[in-house]
Amino acid sequence: MNTWVYIDHFNGQPAPASWEALGLAKTFGAATALVFGQNVEALAKIALEYGADSVLLADDPALAVFSPEAFTSTLAALASDSPPALILFPTTSRTRELAAMLAVDLVTGVLVDVTGLELADGRVIATRPVYEGKLLEKTTCSASPQLVTLRARAFPKPTPEAGRAGEIKKVSAQAGGAAVIEGFVAGEQGVSLTDAGVVVSAGRGVSNDPAEGFKLVAELAAVLGGAVGASRAAVDAGYIPYANQIGQTGKVVSPDLYIAAGISGAIQHMSGMRSSKLIVAINKDAEAPIFQAARYGVVGDLFTLVPALTEAFKKKLGK
Amino acid sequence: MKIVVCVKQTPDSEAKLTAQNGQPSWGDAPLVINPFDEYAVEGALQQKEAVDASVTALCIGPEAARDALKHALAMGADEAILVSDPALEELDSAGAARILAAAIQKIGDADLVFFGRQTIDNGTGLVPAQVARVLGWPLLSLVGAMTVEGAEIKVERTIEEGKQIARAKLPAVLSIMQSVGEPRYPSFMGIRKAGKATIPVWTLADLGIAAPAQAVWRAELLNPPAHDSHCEIIKADSPEAIAEALVEKILAEKVL
Ligand SMILES: Cc1cc2nc3c(=O)[nH]c(=O)nc-3n(C[C@H](O)[C@H](O)[C@H](O)COP(=O)(O)OP(=O)(O)OC[C@H]3O[C@@H](n4cnc5c(N)ncnc54)[C@H](O)[C@@H]3O)c2cc1C
Ligand SMILES: Nc1ncnc2c1ncn2[C@@H]1O[C@H](COP(=O)(O)O)[C@@H](O)[C@H]1O
Repeated sequence: MNTWVYIDHFNGQPAPASWEALGLAKTFGAATALVFGQNVEALAKIALEYGADSVLLADDPALAVFSPEAFTSTLAALASDSPPALILFPTTSRTRELAAMLAVDLVTGVLVDVTGLELADGRVIATRPVYEGKLLEKTTCSASPQLVTLRARAFPKPTPEAGRAGEIKKVSAQAGGAAVIEGFVAGEQGVSLTDAGVVVSAGRGVSNDPAEGFKLVAELAAVLGGAVGASRAAVDAGYIPYANQIGQTGKVVSPDLYIAAGISGAIQHMSGMRSSKLIVAINKDAEAPIFQAARYGVVGDLFTLVPALTEAFKKKLGK
Repeated sequence: MKIVVCVKQTPDSEAKLTAQNGQPSWGDAPLVINPFDEYAVEGALQQKEAVDASVTALCIGPEAARDALKHALAMGADEAILVSDPALEELDSAGAARILAAAIQKIGDADLVFFGRQTIDNGTGLVPAQVARVLGWPLLSLVGAMTVEGAEIKVERTIEEGKQIARAKLPAVLSIMQSVGEPRYPSFMGIRKAGKATIPVWTLADLGIAAPAQAVWRAELLNPPAHDSHCEIIKADSPEAIAEALVEKILAEKVL
């Protein structure tokens, strides 16, 4: 089977989960990467290194900035020419729009934010969390192509093979694009929360000295090469931007290690971090619900424990 | 100016959910307006105040979903419409989008259609983009702030990489984020008005369309694997000793 894999990027910076999607496609057979944008030939080459057997490259000024309409029309035209059975996307804000609109154009369905995918006779059965991660469903798409967006970090990332070659076929772009992007302000630099292997989060527990609390948390995250998250209470109080919020109304993360400091563990917070591999909680209240989700816990003051943990990791990891 | 805001009814986010014989069960927890849709109603009401608009709440659901519409009315929406038909029990997101688009066209003259970012039951977050595609209207998703400027709307959107300022011609489709501001509480007057309001029910026949074909199917609903790890509390005499013990434990898990 030949699976199409959409490589999502922002100004040429690829979403790492695109490579995870490519790795998954390769377990099903051959993979064709889709690279759309302007001056993105470099990305097409990287896609070959990550295992794509060929690339369909739409490199055109009409695709200079992401527009769901233009990207959908471009992809819909390609898929009508030689319909694939399955198109995989990494789940991002852009691909949610793209896959959604594509399903309308091609009269098919999208399986969204899936964490598991089995293939039998060319048809997929996807596993995805529903009801804020409180339940799981197995779901299928009875039309073609089957469109599937994959949750970041749910599938292994393949190792790239430098200099790996393959065909890059130039295809034409469709115009469209109903909105005009007038400005952009980059968020905080650093590791992207959804792609991070380690997330260290803090909540209202830092309220005695929020600036110091988040500084300590950022130091621990830095030692572990991780990203900083927060509870909604911390965001609402203005301690940290909304972009860092984890939970039902924020981001969903599934790192290998999640450390929650001064977070009580409300159900809406848990829905954003429940699928983390290892959860560690620091809270001064032994009764805090976060301990029910955690594998390891410490009852105590985060202002002394977080810096102690940073030092202990530095020592052990030889930093 | 006319704003349509699409709201769904979902189990309360505090509800404990279990899968029973393939069906979700939330015990006696209440059904509420989807929390994200409350932000959409709030956003619509802010525009109503800013540019003198009327706000129509629209929902596809069973009779009981009236309560979600009443909540929107109590917050300040002017009217509400329920689309309800036995043929619509199983809808995938594209199907819901086709029905909502037909209802929006029947309402007529909408300048803006507001959505929540996603529903907390099936939570696909696809419907806003699909309605925009069906209607052929511009999509502005993940909007936190907005101003109507003549025949256009200017918004601030939040994406993974930062904030974008975007502009589109009306009519347009928006999905609204939490940063629009906390949803207002229904006032006493609002609740009384909502209690008395008549909410028309439209069927597929009223919309003049057939039930959309379903492409996405649920094969199974499962409880997540039981979580065996009871929490091990690390204790020691000093923060340093606790930290050292904890680091040992974490490293032994080989997740780093
Ligand atoms: C519709 C809806 C959506 C929501 N979405 C989200 C969401 O996306 N994300 C989210 O996080 N929340 C969300 N919430 C809010 C959620 O219900 C909680 O209110 C919030 O998560 C609480 O944040 P917190 O744990 O930081 O604060 P609190 O619940 O106040 O907990 C603070 C904790 O810090 C501990 N503490 C205090 N001082 C210290 C110290 N010095 N050292 C160690 N521990 C200390 C306390 O014991 C306490 O457990 C949502 C709520 C609703 C209704
Ligand atoms: N049955 C429905 N009735 C009205 N609006 C809906 C319905 N389903 C979804 N929506 C709207 O579409 C948004 C996204 O839903 P979803 O794509 O299902 O996550 C919701 O926040 C609602 O605004």
